[in-house]
Amino acid sequence: MTNSIGELKGAEVLLVTGSNTTETHPQIARNILRGVDRGAKLIVIDPRKTDLAREAHIHLALRPGTDIALINGMMRIIIDEDLADDLFISMRTEKFTALRDYLHRLDLDEIATITGIDLQTIRDAACIYARSCKSVICYCLGVTQHTCGTNNVQAVANLAMLTGNVEKEHGGVDPLRGQNNVQGACDMAALPAVLPGYQSLANLEVRERFKAAWETDIPQTPGKSLTEMTHAGREGEIRAMFIMGENPVLSDPHLGRVEDTLQHLDFLAVSDIFLTETARLAHVVFPAASFAEKGGTITNSERRVQLCHRAIKPIGNCRPDSEIIMELGRRLGCPGMDFDSDAEIMDEISLLTPIYGGIHYDRLEGSWGLQWPCWDRDHPGTSFLHKYYFARGKGQFTITEHQEPREGVEEKYPFTLVTGRGSYHHYHTATMTRNSRRLVREYPEALLEINQDDCEKLGLQQGEMVELVSRRGRVRVKAQITDRVQPGTVFTSFHFWEVPINRLTIDALDPKSKCPEFKVCSANLRKVDHD
Amino acid sequence: MQDVMTICNYCGCGCGVYLRVDQGRVVGSYPSKNHPISQGNLCSKGWHLHEFIHSANRLTEPLMRKYGKLCPVSWDEALDYTTKSLLRTKKAHGSDSIGVLASAKCSNEENYLLQKLTRAGLQTNNIDHCARL
Repeated sequence: MTNSIGELKGAEVLLVTGSNTTETHPQIARNILRGVDRGAKLIVIDPRKTDLAREAHIHLALRPGTDIALINGMMRIIIDEDLADDLFISMRTEKFTALRDYLHRLDLDEIATITGIDLQTIRDAACIYARSCKSVICYCLGVTQHTCGTNNVQAVANLAMLTGNVEKEHGGVDPLRGQNNVQGACDMAALPAVLPGYQSLANLEVRERFKAAWETDIPQTPGKSLTEMTHAGREGEIRAMFIMGENPVLSDPHLGRVEDTLQHLDFLAVSDIFLTETARLAHVVFPAASFAEKGGTITNSERRVQLCHRAIKPIGNCRPDSEIIMELGRRLGCPGMDFDSDAEIMDEISLLTPIYGGIHYDRLEGSWGLQWPCWDRDHPGTSFLHKYYFARGKGQFTITEHQEPREGVEEKYPFTLVTGRGSYHHYHTATMTRNSRRLVREYPEALLEINQDDCEKLGLQQGEMVELVSRRGRVRVKAQITDRVQPGTVFTSFHFWEVPINRLTIDALDPKSKCPEFKVCSANLRKVDHD
Repeated sequence: MQDVMTICNYCGCGCGVYLRVDQGRVVGSYPSKNHPISQGNLCSKGWHLHEFIHSANRLTEPLMRKYGKLCPVSWDEALDYTTKSLLRTKKAHGSDSIGVLASAKCSNEENYLLQKLTRAGLQTNNIDHCARL
């Protein structure tokens, strides 16, 4: 997030796109709704009528996969209505003329047809967003999990820059991070093409610094991304894997292929707190300590690095992952694997990672954490980004064009299947939440959201089983009749191993981010007759 | 009884949570009133954050596959076998035949260590995690 979570309630306009915030980020949603209570206008872009969409002043229920067309349309309207921030554009950005010329060539009626939203609603939303100088955009995986995900994000950035809503306390572009430490795992370079703090692997000076600190050479060629590793198939280049605290056998798209890849590895080691679907395939399983049994820091969505404290000693024979990694490191002959505490590891992180430069345990102890960039010991941390300048200097407008999802609906597969997190009470592959008694009681089984109109056509009653089929696989799931989804669209979550919906999802990737298109694939469904 | 301040283990909000510890067991979760994000609030997952910690399904011993079945073994056996297998793969197929997945559920320190082990120890950049899932 370029803003802090607390700043959201001070915004005048909140545009939330591709995020089911009340269920997946409840405390961020609380700040958004607090803002609405104070008079802010809420615009929600989502094909589903989520709880937040019900609270919205304007709900833009677009056809799945048409985000770029919608945002281009909004930008065209903003320019036509003379609501663009010309001063900001000329001082802080570049390549605007090309985008403006492109937008002028767009046919707004065609945009209404592509997105399935009437033009007046798009116009209202665009004007509300552009008229305020305290407009915030929050987006989540509904924007990124498309084959055009990178362009979706670029379109959002274009919209924010067009109206100058980027550099302020109550204005900005805020990607909401899904997991407790997904921000930190990225910062720490658990990524194939960068070193900690997003420093380039290709930069010789950076590599030399790491080489000196780590006392060894590091390879220069970027590595493979997650889906490239888990979807390579049985003949893939990857022959051995170590997986720490992740469950790709349930979370990745096109599961048949993931299983085929992992089952044919020469060696697979998994470290986890439960025997997950992935751990069941492993040759070695390490019992890891849970968050309550170890210390360390995690970084939240607003870049706040916070200290966790150990509540109890590891249960049974469990060990924290840090100990497991260091034990393995020493045995593999990796230098620099002898840290006595998490604080010592953080000292090495801050030495090598400029954005974490001033983050040390003595500063985190007894505080609510520090928000990076925090350059040195005297730096107070940063609540919102891009004040005065962008990371790259000037903000660059880039033309983005509408692109249809990889799979369109057709006679054999007439439904669009959207997947994601589907419950306030469950989390991801539900390894933790389904081991929590009360959460299971609240939401015990997978449900497929389906519109009333479709149910009537299929002769389907509430709670009846349906078989859902795509080109890649099939599952059986209970139907939930609801107006949350539009006719022709169905939605379910990937929380339940009994309904491994990712057997159906497509492993088509965004070419740049390698993010799979979880949000659109074509499917068919039929009522299951009682056996 | 003792309350230990920590950060919720679920989503990216990063709420401040007190874990209530009684005789070595975590028995409850409570929001921090002053924490800038939670401000005295938690969601249903946060209020029941402690429930999975002592689940009977937790792994408590290292396991190794023997004759097709996962069996409990000592830490040394599991670590030695892992080391041997990784080194064997590296020797036979090269560094880039090893892949590592880190975790958005683990700490910064653990992720830092794992990418260091991957890059400096295994000599490959094949490391990623579930940021896109």
